[in-house]
Amino acid sequence: MTWDPLGEESGGSRGEHTEPGLAASFRPVPGGAAAFFEQPQAGVIRSLVSQVAELISADAETGEEGAEAGNLEAELGLSSHAEPPDDPVLARLLPDAYSGDPEAAAEFRRYTEETLRSGKVASAQVVLASLPPAGGEVRLSEPECQQWLRALNDVRLALSVRLGITDEDDDLTESLAVDDPRSAYLWVYQWLAYLQDSILDALT
Amino acid sequence: MGAAPAEVQQPATSQHAALDAPWVTVVWNDPVNLMNYVTYVFQKVFGYPKAKAEKLMLDVHHKGKAVVSSGTREAMERDAETLHGYGLWATVSHDS
Repeated sequence: MTWDPLGEESGGSRGEHTEPGLAASFRPVPGGAAAFFEQPQAGVIRSLVSQVAELISADAETGEEGAEAGNLEAELGLSSHAEPPDDPVLARLLPDAYSGDPEAAAEFRRYTEETLRSGKVASAQVVLASLPPAGGEVRLSEPECQQWLRALNDVRLALSVRLGITDEDDDLTESLAVDDPRSAYLWVYQWLAYLQDSILDALT
Repeated sequence: MGAAPAEVQQPATSQHAALDAPWVTVVWNDPVNLMNYVTYVFQKVFGYPKAKAEKLMLDVHHKGKAVVSSGTREAMERDAETLHGYGLWATVSHDS
């Protein structure tokens, strides 16, 4: 998986810091929240949300050896996955529900993982459907706000794994070199937290 | 609340259900989820009043984990699944 939040699709350029601008945050409106996104800001969010959704759904496909058994399992809503995902991002998005009990964890995963995956993809789709690629005014109902919160959270979880954020007190903005490619992602990570926070403020 | 497993171990005599339902859902601290987001999720998922949701969030934050619900194993698995949907790290354990 490539992380290219400031690449071609977003219209940004790598040489300079094209910070999307802190101005993009949600404000409360009757029945939900609203925000105005410039095109590059919309591009960054759409790109990252799509990448996470692709990662979640791509890996969900049954392997060839399990294709036949997979049909029945799929009809029953069961997952052929019993092991936690190898990809550390997926492992964080689809965590074990039992620690120290691999058997129970595998059983839980078998019965719940497909639902969990499709729920996360559905949240991503709500974001993609409500945020025009060209940017503009976005007005969300309260249920849409909830889906945005989940989708932005999944992106932040994914970015945190790629950035190696393990301690909330670590200030990566100070430890990362200016030319470290991760500094762009860190900026996006923090901006998404700010966006999430603005949705929460609007809802409560 | 961080020591809740020990509390649940001794079921309240007034709550017979606790005898049959010594399962708990535990939420673990992580460096990503925003504190107000975690509070919001606890209110949304469990219907807890804001004060209780905030207390649980602070327990997770300061103690590393907190028991957020208790009941039957099936109910706890549903809670964990719901919390995973919100991106929180939750596990189910048998309090024995």
